[in-house]
Amino acid sequence: MFDYAFLILLLPFLSAIVLGLFGMKMPRKVAGLIGTCMLGTLFVLSLYTAYHYFFYTGEYSAMGQTFRVVDGRLSSGVYPTVTVFNLTWLKFTELLTFNIGLRLSPISVMMLIVITTVSFMVHIYSFGYMAERDENYKFEEYEHGFQRFYAYLSLFTMSMLGLVVATNVFQMYLFWELVGVCSYLLIGFYYPKHTAVHASKKAFIVTRFADLFFLIGILFFSFYVGTFNYDLNVNPGLSDKLASIAANPEIAWAIPTALFLMFIGGAGKSAMFPLHIWLPDAMEGPTPVSALIHAATMVVAGVFQVASLFPIYIKFGAIEQLHWIAYIAAFTAFYAAAVACAQRDIKRGLAFSTISQIAYMLVALGVCYAINDEEGGLGYMASMFHLFTHAMFKALLFLCSGAIIVIIGSNFKEYMGGLHKYMPITNACFLIGCIAISGVWPFAGFFSKDEIVSACFQFSPMLGWFMTLVSGMTAFYMFRLYYVIFWGNSYYEQDPENRRRPQEVPFVMWGPLVFLAIISIFAGWIPFGHFVSATGQSAEIHLQHFHFSSVAWFSLLAAAIGISLATWMYMPKHNPVPDMLAKKMPVLHKAALNRFYIDDVWQFFTHKVVFRCFSMPIAWFDRRVIDGTFNFLAWGTQEAGESIRPWQSGDVRQYAVWFITGTVALTLVLLCLI
Amino acid sequence: MSWILTVFVIIPVLMLGGLWVAKNDNQVRGVMVAGSTALLIGAIWLTIYFVQQRSAGNTDAMLLANSVMWFKPMHIAFSVGVDGISVVMILLSAIIVFTGTFASWQLEPMKKEYFLWFVLLASGVFGFFISTDMFTMFMFYEVALIPMYLLIGVWGTGPKEYSAMKLTLMLMGGSALLILGILGIYYFSGATTMDVIELARMHAMSKTAQNIFFPFVFIGFGVLGALFPFHTWSPDGHASAPTAVSMLHAGVLMKLGGYGCLRIAMFLMPDALTMWAPVFLVLTTISVVYGALSACVQTDLKYINAYSSVSHCGMVLFALVMTTQTAITGAILQMLSHGLMTALFFACIGMIYHRAGTRDVRYLGGLMKVVPFLAVSYVVAGLANLGLPGFSGFVAEMTIFVGSFENAGMFHRVATIIACTSIVVTAVYILRVVGKILFQTIPNKKFYELHDATWDERFSIGALIFCVAGLGLCPLFFENMIIDAVHPIFNHIMDYVPTLGNL
Amino acid sequence: MIPVEYFFILSGLLFFIGVFGFVTRRNLVAMLISVELVLNSVDINFAAFNRLLFPGGYEGMFFTLFSIGVSAAESAVALAIIINVYRHFHSDQVNSIENMKL
Repeated sequence: MFDYAFLILLLPFLSAIVLGLFGMKMPRKVAGLIGTCMLGTLFVLSLYTAYHYFFYTGEYSAMGQTFRVVDGRLSSGVYPTVTVFNLTWLKFTELLTFNIGLRLSPISVMMLIVITTVSFMVHIYSFGYMAERDENYKFEEYEHGFQRFYAYLSLFTMSMLGLVVATNVFQMYLFWELVGVCSYLLIGFYYPKHTAVHASKKAFIVTRFADLFFLIGILFFSFYVGTFNYDLNVNPGLSDKLASIAANPEIAWAIPTALFLMFIGGAGKSAMFPLHIWLPDAMEGPTPVSALIHAATMVVAGVFQVASLFPIYIKFGAIEQLHWIAYIAAFTAFYAAAVACAQRDIKRGLAFSTISQIAYMLVALGVCYAINDEEGGLGYMASMFHLFTHAMFKALLFLCSGAIIVIIGSNFKEYMGGLHKYMPITNACFLIGCIAISGVWPFAGFFSKDEIVSACFQFSPMLGWFMTLVSGMTAFYMFRLYYVIFWGNSYYEQDPENRRRPQEVPFVMWGPLVFLAIISIFAGWIPFGHFVSATGQSAEIHLQHFHFSSVAWFSLLAAAIGISLATWMYMPKHNPVPDMLAKKMPVLHKAALNRFYIDDVWQFFTHKVVFRCFSMPIAWFDRRVIDGTFNFLAWGTQEAGESIRPWQSGDVRQYAVWFITGTVALTLVLLCLI
Repeated sequence: MSWILTVFVIIPVLMLGGLWVAKNDNQVRGVMVAGSTALLIGAIWLTIYFVQQRSAGNTDAMLLANSVMWFKPMHIAFSVGVDGISVVMILLSAIIVFTGTFASWQLEPMKKEYFLWFVLLASGVFGFFISTDMFTMFMFYEVALIPMYLLIGVWGTGPKEYSAMKLTLMLMGGSALLILGILGIYYFSGATTMDVIELARMHAMSKTAQNIFFPFVFIGFGVLGALFPFHTWSPDGHASAPTAVSMLHAGVLMKLGGYGCLRIAMFLMPDALTMWAPVFLVLTTISVVYGALSACVQTDLKYINAYSSVSHCGMVLFALVMTTQTAITGAILQMLSHGLMTALFFACIGMIYHRAGTRDVRYLGGLMKVVPFLAVSYVVAGLANLGLPGFSGFVAEMTIFVGSFENAGMFHRVATIIACTSIVVTAVYILRVVGKILFQTIPNKKFYELHDATWDERFSIGALIFCVAGLGLCPLFFENMIIDAVHPIFNHIMDYVPTLGNL
Repeated sequence: MIPVEYFFILSGLLFFIGVFGFVTRRNLVAMLISVELVLNSVDINFAAFNRLLFPGGYEGMFFTLFSIGVSAAESAVALAIIINVYRHFHSDQVNSIENMKL
């Protein structure tokens, strides 16, 4: 039934190849249309796949396996894991092979929808964003490199889809690297800009550094387990093998170590502290890219990875590692929220918000201590739910900010203010995004975030309160952003003669905004637990049935406080409070503005420590010591030659002297002997 | 049929004759294109023939084997034969010679003489890969080395005399060790043949003799494979060599080192591995990390790539001394992959240098705007080099890492993890260069007038990219061929040192 | 009858004068003359020893004559070379023809 599913990988690949090789020969618009049409097809294909996967009743087979399903579920009540194809790509040994395949499980189908939806919207939106405009925002021509942009987007979509449908960790790693490179290429899209090049380099190297741990984790895993497969449902021998390893005290450390090492790779991609430093800089890329890669899809790869390996974490003795993840993530959530409160660049503000929200998802996974929802497995579902809703509203927020940037021509809040009059649709959409992320009923964020906080309370009340506090901060910084952009002092009105009058963006841009806004409003009402849960069984989300627990009330309260505080501080045209606060606590404000100097620490580490302490001495050593040794040998030989060279002067008279002296000496010696 | 392998030596000899009588540039080019195409077709045919034979159930260790006695008293014979490893190496050489011809299409001056030496070098390389007789191998090895001196010394750039002399002397030093080792194997086996397969079958050397002669052969070949600390000829030599010579040298000649280490040192003296493998493991691990770290602070593009080659070729030897079947397979894949990648890299660098007149990263910039084709090729080469999936580097490195990790000794494991870090450092130096020379703004007005690649350059680069991507996308075809050849060698080693694989 | 020692003294003197001249002179012709002196001293020795040791024999005398013939040929060849060198280098000094050396 899913025989067509190979197209999900093939179509974007073909489109990337075609656009990459021949794009420059095409008119820009044609190239864009090819990419977009392909993604439209892919979007439909994903919806179709999801529909069949979740609602099909009947029988189908894939890879020789037959599934008898009712409403998509097997008789055991769980959704099947369908391996559509699984080709051997590389053979390490007879048993250990590197396969590339396509596997459908509830979360990968969910990811298919997320990726194709956001990617499709971004493809459409880019027609408006990636264009050069004249004084009056009139469209002139698509930007230079428009074809390249769509080629990259296609390649990225292919890689990301390949990542989520991976049948084994190594395939995940392969596509993981590919998305990293796409991210590199797209961040550095405006390559003449120094900052963009620098940011792209940084993003790639930091994530690559983290990927090293992922790779080592895979090596450990494959060595002890003897396979790269991770899905317990489709690999019958795997559970036994893992259980036997966990039971053997000598090598029981291997699984938790491998998993945690893999998580470090995930932490790099998902921007966990202290590997988050690349993400804010990654905002140098075009805004649609930020929305797609650095908000909705690639950065949640880490969460997806942990979720994929979740059953192994829980069942085979790595629960403690899961909790470490929770602590790291909780700290990151707080840190990023604090930094977000002081950013001047709206995209960077959103980037920190993304870090904070991804941390939420990881906290939710980390606080789990069982598979079952009631006994501590709630976080899994909550995390996936939040991943889904967050992808939608964060993509929305980024696309809105892109719309603003197109109109204003700058990322900095000083040039904005008072835009609600001029950009009503964007204003509404941004507001919806803000409400959704702040967790206000009945918007999407409320449901997913509340599930997370509930899961935290289940684990430890301390953490629960902490996360509630962070959600209050979320509401505060998001509304701060909203007010400084759309309300407050208008930059244009201060000098209307000389400044461009802002206006609403064209339909090709606000269309996707509205679409995503609608999803952000209603996504919370999707019975998500029905589709995705740790056990695979259908689970209820109580909030959707108006069963508000005290947890829900508290987080609503926190959101309300955050929003009102932001409204009080930033909505009026003149309010001295923010500046006063900044003046009162100059150190803290400055530190927050400079992201608590983590970047500087990294900079110091890479430039001063690695370059100065390793590379330079080694290069010096190579030139001086090793080369010196060989040069010395050569010099020694030459000197030795030089020193005996006078003996062979070619001067006959000198030879005669030697000859005669020798003869005389020899005669004398002979005479003496006689 | 059994004479057919000799064609790979005969064609270069015919090309030499053709070049000798060629009267002008176009005739020289004609001879080169005809000859290198013939070689390429021959190599492709050989690959197909080999696969067919194997799938038809031909299990001989060496296919197309043939032997003609040369020098009776020493039992030196001209013995030829190929297994999977030789076949892929011959294919690699043919590709590099073919693309190298196009990369030196516009070389001036003395095109004819240049190609004469170039072809002589190629004939040595092909002869080396088809031989199974130790002495014949050694002879072809020398044939391949000598032309380097003239090619660099005459057509090179920068301090070419120094580099040429250094390269030749160090490699000659290596071959001095090598001949000692070969004679040691011959005499201490008490054999009446120099044939590698026969010698391995006899396995008549005493353990002590193996321990004594193993380092001679391993270091002898290791010098060519850029083994630390005998690698310093590589940066200078590559930096001074003309483009196609760098391509051929880094792409193929350095592979002779790894090939010889496996085929002669490890295959004939497996017992010595117990004693020497840890020593060489340390040296090769240093090579891997050291090369990568040194590349980070170089300013000359060719130096960067030469150090990168040290790192990558170090990886070949590293994987060999890990002595697991997967790692050895990975080593051969890495030879193939590095050969293609680095040839691509040197081709791009040479073409950029030809235009911009400098290779110093500090003076270059913004080339993406003016020479987009070359710049994109450079990015592709860089990404392939840092192991992007879809290109050959990823396949080879992953096979090596997985294979090395199978060796469960603590020592080996630490070495593997250290070697793994090189993939991060590789990313650092590649991106540093890409960011500096291709992106950002153009620092020099002169650069606005640069013209993009001509058709011959495009052809050369395109063919290499096609190969790199082909190997990266469908590695299984080559991997099967390589495993097929590595399997008996590995089993032979394991017969004598069964504990080596998991210390 | 002249005592035979006188011949030996003469030939010894001639020999060392010749050697001295060969070593010290730079002029090619002078060196050639020195070589001739050495040869002549040897000729005298041959003749004198023949007379002293084998009064009835003639081998020494033959050798002397043979040697005189060879030295004549040698002088002719050497002079020819010297003249050619002079034409080529415009000098008859031995140092002037060193440019074959590194």
